Amino acid sequence: MNQIRFLDPRPDIVARRDEIRAGLAELVPADCLVTEERELVPFETDAFTAYRRVPLAVVLPETTEQVAAVMKYCSANGVPVIPRGAGTSLAGGAIPQEDAVVIGVSKMSRILEIDFENRTAKVQAGVTNLRISDEVSADGFFYAPDPSSQLACTIAGNIGMNSGGAHCLKYGVTTNNLLGVKMVLQDGTVIELGGKALDAEGYDLLGLVCGSEGQLGIVTEAVVRLIAKPEGARPVLFGFDSSEVAGACVADIIGEGIIPVAIEFMDKPAIDICEAFAHAGYPMDVEALLIVEVEGSDDEMDAVLRKIIAIAKKHNVKRVKESQSAMEAATIWKGRKSAFGATGRVADYICMDGTVPLGQLSHVLRETSAIVDKYGLRVANVFHAGDGNMHPLILYDVNDPEEAEKAEAAGAEILKLCVDAGGCLTGEHGVGIEKRDLMLHQFTETDLNQQLRVRAAFDPSWLLNPSKVFPLDLEMRKAN
Amino acid sequence: MANDGTVIPASDDEAAEIVREAVAKGTTLEIAGGGTKRGIGQPFAADRLLSAAGLTGITQYNPAELVLTARAGTPVAEIEAALDENGQMLAFEPGDWRGLFGANGVPTIGALAAANISGPRRLIAGAARDALLGVRFVNGSGEAIKNGGRVMKNVTGLDLVKLMAGSWGTLGLITEVSFKVLPRAETETTLVIHGAHENEAANLMAAAVGTSAEVSGAAHLPEGVAGRSGLGDGAATVLRLEGFSESVTARLGRLKAALPGAANASELDEAASKALWVKIRDVAPFTGGTKPLWKISVAPMAGHDVAAMILREVRGEAFHDWQGGLVWLQLDDEGDASAAIVRSAVAKCGGGHATLVRAAEDVRAATPVFQEQAAPVAALAERVRAALDPAGVFNPGRMVWNGGRKAA
Repeated sequence: MNQIRFLDPRPDIVARRDEIRAGLAELVPADCLVTEERELVPFETDAFTAYRRVPLAVVLPETTEQVAAVMKYCSANGVPVIPRGAGTSLAGGAIPQEDAVVIGVSKMSRILEIDFENRTAKVQAGVTNLRISDEVSADGFFYAPDPSSQLACTIAGNIGMNSGGAHCLKYGVTTNNLLGVKMVLQDGTVIELGGKALDAEGYDLLGLVCGSEGQLGIVTEAVVRLIAKPEGARPVLFGFDSSEVAGACVADIIGEGIIPVAIEFMDKPAIDICEAFAHAGYPMDVEALLIVEVEGSDDEMDAVLRKIIAIAKKHNVKRVKESQSAMEAATIWKGRKSAFGATGRVADYICMDGTVPLGQLSHVLRETSAIVDKYGLRVANVFHAGDGNMHPLILYDVNDPEEAEKAEAAGAEILKLCVDAGGCLTGEHGVGIEKRDLMLHQFTETDLNQQLRVRAAFDPSWLLNPSKVFPLDLEMRKAN
Repeated sequence: MANDGTVIPASDDEAAEIVREAVAKGTTLEIAGGGTKRGIGQPFAADRLLSAAGLTGITQYNPAELVLTARAGTPVAEIEAALDENGQMLAFEPGDWRGLFGANGVPTIGALAAANISGPRRLIAGAARDALLGVRFVNGSGEAIKNGGRVMKNVTGLDLVKLMAGSWGTLGLITEVSFKVLPRAETETTLVIHGAHENEAANLMAAAVGTSAEVSGAAHLPEGVAGRSGLGDGAATVLRLEGFSESVTARLGRLKAALPGAANASELDEAASKALWVKIRDVAPFTGGTKPLWKISVAPMAGHDVAAMILREVRGEAFHDWQGGLVWLQLDDEGDASAAIVRSAVAKCGGGHATLVRAAEDVRAATPVFQEQAAPVAALAERVRAALDPAGVFNPGRMVWNGGRKAA
């Protein structure tokens, strides 16, 4: 397997390891600092487990002031810093290296204020995504972005990767639901951007920070929007004879002026895997499945579903299954939400995250199959059809180095296909280290150098989350 | 404005060449589209005017993809006509601000991005910056840069798209934009609650947007403003519902049931509702003059307190959009924007910011038009600006107050 390279650990920093650990110990309480080799191991990687590097130290601060003190220290001493939420990145966005200090926000997990009248929640950045919705659910509200990892992932990580989820078609991604942050810059300066107002003053630095993969600073608090829950939500299943027809049906639903809250797509391999795992009652005699979810009162949902079913019938839909109860709805979603886990039970896989314009879905699905066939591998497609965010899961055997290399090569080809179809490399997982070297397929060197200059405005010493997002040689050229 | 001429490039390459030439000569450029918002910001001088008006045309639009890409100088009217033909719209409901400035030019799509102009539906559908998916622009080194794309989910590299939105031409010349678009609602109606006091109105709007009725516009027009908007005597609190007709009917029922205090209410039919929200969108109550006009952005529940606090000290008039979080405030004294009073009220009511959207040139020269930021944020913003325009070619000083010194 072609190993993804990291920047060489700075030998002077590694040599000063004990001194740096002692320096950090003066800044935070003892139980907030991890330096034991054994205890550092859990921080050596994230959900992109093929790469592992044990960091110099891990700090788990309890306050913004402690984060600022550690950042100031690392800045003064030239120590790289790796921001970390829950470590659920699928792209290696939180993988450390031997000369780096990991700053994890997991201990900063308090909800600071719920303001229903202004529909905002102010939280510490280590709070998990789902906790916000849990906290306000009884009062009829929710926090909209819902990545599959929402039980574990933190708001800090969501901001870092501009996380999405299944319901973005209607409610947007993190950047559309984030109103303000308190963050610590690389030199230890604490700043606040935004607040409870709906638009930003001056340049939209908040928008810039969202999705910056931990390279502009460490977010310690966030103000997010709360949304009133719909009266009800109901998914309906459609089974089609081919992926092309399913894709055409999606285009027609949207063309008719209907924006369902979610449109999820699964192909035959994905249906088989999910049904075997979740027993969701998915039809087994179809080639493609759509889960279309609508919201509203019963009457409203009936009315919209009638329109959607009529459109599906025009496309000769083979199976239609409306959920009749909350339990049936939950089962339908259980199949979809367990797709990654269920796939992991039958094979190792790598999950791609390219996004394409909706008109390109059929083309990209066809070409994806052709690419994977060419490498003699299998692929299961399960993705957010409403927003064009593809998630082909390339199945392979992790213990077979040749197959692993093929899977990686097929993945890279698929991402290039997405870019060539007018899309992008990553919709919601982030670039991390995984897709770093493909950036020059989507952008010119001039484009990337402009981004690097903006990054340097925040981090002139290039110490924040190095080796991520940008091709290594570009980062090194800028840094020197 | 001491322009020695206007240059209208026909391509990105030409635009880049013009910028490189300006950098080489040490001259500056004012950036404009149709020129209808040139009076916004600190007064500044530039050597030439670089216009996007020659970069026109819709480059890509397939309605089923919900994305429209156009050259920056394309008239907004042309975009809206193309969308209308396909039953779609710019969901952020951009206002036409020509009336505010007595401008006769043609507003362009690039300017909506550069100024991040969003109307009443911003409350539920996001701002221009949320709908803006991709940009091409020429930076201050004369390089053509692409960022973002034509897809709704995209975390590929730094999001310079957001940065360009609302940068008022100080970071680069936007040459092409891609906006997310949405289906136009089948119909709409507006519930008008008459006679609510400011506090009461704030509570009504908060209750309304807290229901599942999906209110897509929540504004409060005090007496006077309401009258000029055709809503009769007394104050009017207006709540808009949009969607398929059966859904709108059902949600209207739910909304009324959730607002028991709103006994004195009436409803506007589709045509009247549309006409009303165009007025609110375009800030029609304050068009046709040159009095100082503030756009104040605060937490929704703070809007009425901010307005009341200011209007106790200076004469003027206000109305509230975005559930109260957007206050349009017009002051009577043409010679004084009362910036200290306005911004002190914002600070006292929980923070936010105030922009002096309109005032005579000498008043703007004596006033920080954009809210001044905390020192570390201002320093960071300046570093970011310099990362895009190191030589300071574009709109020099438009967004940063120089302390009232005469522009060079």
